[in-house]
Amino acid sequence: MSGIIASREAEIVEEFSLFDEWLDKYQHLIEMGQKLTGVDEAFRTDAYKVKGCQSQVWLQPGIENGLVVFRADSDAAITKGLVALMVRVLSGAPAVEIVASPLSFLEAIGLREHLSPTRSNGLVGMVKQMKLYAAAYASQEASHG
Amino acid sequence: MSAFTPEEIQALRSRFPILGRTVHGKPLVYLDNAATSQMPNSVIEAVREFDRTKHANVHRGVHQLSQEATDVHEGSRDRLAKFLNARRREEIVLTRGCTESINLVANTWGRQNLRSKDVVLVSQIEHHANIVPWQLIGNQTGSTVVPIPVLDDTSLDQDAFLKLLEGAAGPVKLLAIQHVSNAFGTIHPVVEMIRLARARGIATLVDGAQSVPHFAVDVQALDCDFLVFSGHKMHAPTGTGVLYGKFEVLDALGPWQGGGDMIDKVSFSGTTFHEVPYRFEAGTPNFTAAAGFTAALDFLEEVGMEKIHDRDTELVAYAHQELSTVPGLKILGTHLPKAGVVSFVLDGIHPYDAGMFLDQMGIAVRTGHHCAQPAMERFGVPGTIRASFAMFTTETEIDTLVEGVRRVNKILGGR
Repeated sequence: MSGIIASREAEIVEEFSLFDEWLDKYQHLIEMGQKLTGVDEAFRTDAYKVKGCQSQVWLQPGIENGLVVFRADSDAAITKGLVALMVRVLSGAPAVEIVASPLSFLEAIGLREHLSPTRSNGLVGMVKQMKLYAAAYASQEASHG
Repeated sequence: MSAFTPEEIQALRSRFPILGRTVHGKPLVYLDNAATSQMPNSVIEAVREFDRTKHANVHRGVHQLSQEATDVHEGSRDRLAKFLNARRREEIVLTRGCTESINLVANTWGRQNLRSKDVVLVSQIEHHANIVPWQLIGNQTGSTVVPIPVLDDTSLDQDAFLKLLEGAAGPVKLLAIQHVSNAFGTIHPVVEMIRLARARGIATLVDGAQSVPHFAVDVQALDCDFLVFSGHKMHAPTGTGVLYGKFEVLDALGPWQGGGDMIDKVSFSGTTFHEVPYRFEAGTPNFTAAAGFTAALDFLEEVGMEKIHDRDTELVAYAHQELSTVPGLKILGTHLPKAGVVSFVLDGIHPYDAGMFLDQMGIAVRTGHHCAQPAMERFGVPGTIRASFAMFTTETEIDTLVEGVRRVNKILGGR
């Protein structure tokens, strides 16, 4: 699959291939989270909260130059790192590409388990919200021709 | 003098096959016994043996297999009655778990006895399973659920309890209280609380999910109307649960779920119901697991409930002592006595992150709100890290936990 999302995924897979130890991998993830620009204060509300059983995620969607952009945040460090990863892959991509993306890179970097519904960390809900938002924008674009 | 010698603990451990496995390439350190306990070989074998030789539906058939299956299933009821020192075997209702037991009481006793503005008293740190069924039934009856506040050490505020009993929030009809806090391990003085409630004609339900597995619970000594607990927290298979009820209390209740076995006579002009306890056991029961439940009770009594409690106390004391040397660590639940649980938070570190790292080190702890969100709110935390013990837990495993927490501190807290 080609496209902006696929090339970003490939870049991340290569980046993570440098780490043999789980600890290094998680530390890298946490650092990515620390560099994340969180959401605007106005979006840090229940309306933009993706509820997880264990950690919370906030998602701020928007449109810039016809592309879907996301800003996001979390109260837990690992979740925040995963959120940063998702934002890096999906934000600024065309809506149709976001909807179609299987996000298979998580498997390749050994973090697939975090996207399991049983993790209840808010990440599954966030990805669902991102795709829903992109789908809504894509159908709006299509109807406006 | 320890409750068990190191050799005895090793012998106990060898009876639990799961303790031999590794997690992420490291030996499993299982400290999540309060969520689900592990099964010894004797329990696993009892279930297998039943499935191999007796597997058939209970109560209904006249054929040999059905007779033998019924003997095993009803045998678990006898065994439970003896284990709890119940007056009669009919006082034991077999359910699918503690949660179902509470829902059963809410939908029978609650529906029959709760009226508008009546109060169901629970603790502020109750498990959701002992809050939500009372809220649901309250939507129909107009009754309310009122929490007994807890003090900073997680013990119940007994002065506030007395005021509530006297009607400070409305007429109290039921005291539905946990025996031991699943979130913090605190053992509540339920004997005295039940005595105070009964003196005022208030019905009582004890959630024994975290007490019955850890020390001897005698229903006659407790003198409660209802006691509920689950099998899977006491080395039995999952899908087993118990509702103990005083016979005269159960006998006055109508059924909840309808279906096979709970009936006396069914016709389209009206149906009459079976006697207690079968009236409350609609549908085919989990008879396979019942075989394992009996084996689990045999195992517990063979080890000895008194010794199990003594060992628990040692492990809690050791964990408190060792964990309190970790910088930035705060134990929630400092009130003693406790049963099998140590809950803590790390300054500036989300419990979820800590749990993820500990898992990578092969340490199974529970993180989060422990199905007790009001308890977390009371202490202003999103959740805690909870280590919970069994009789096979060793001091070395607690050392591994403490070492793991120190590493988490370094990685995530920079200390």
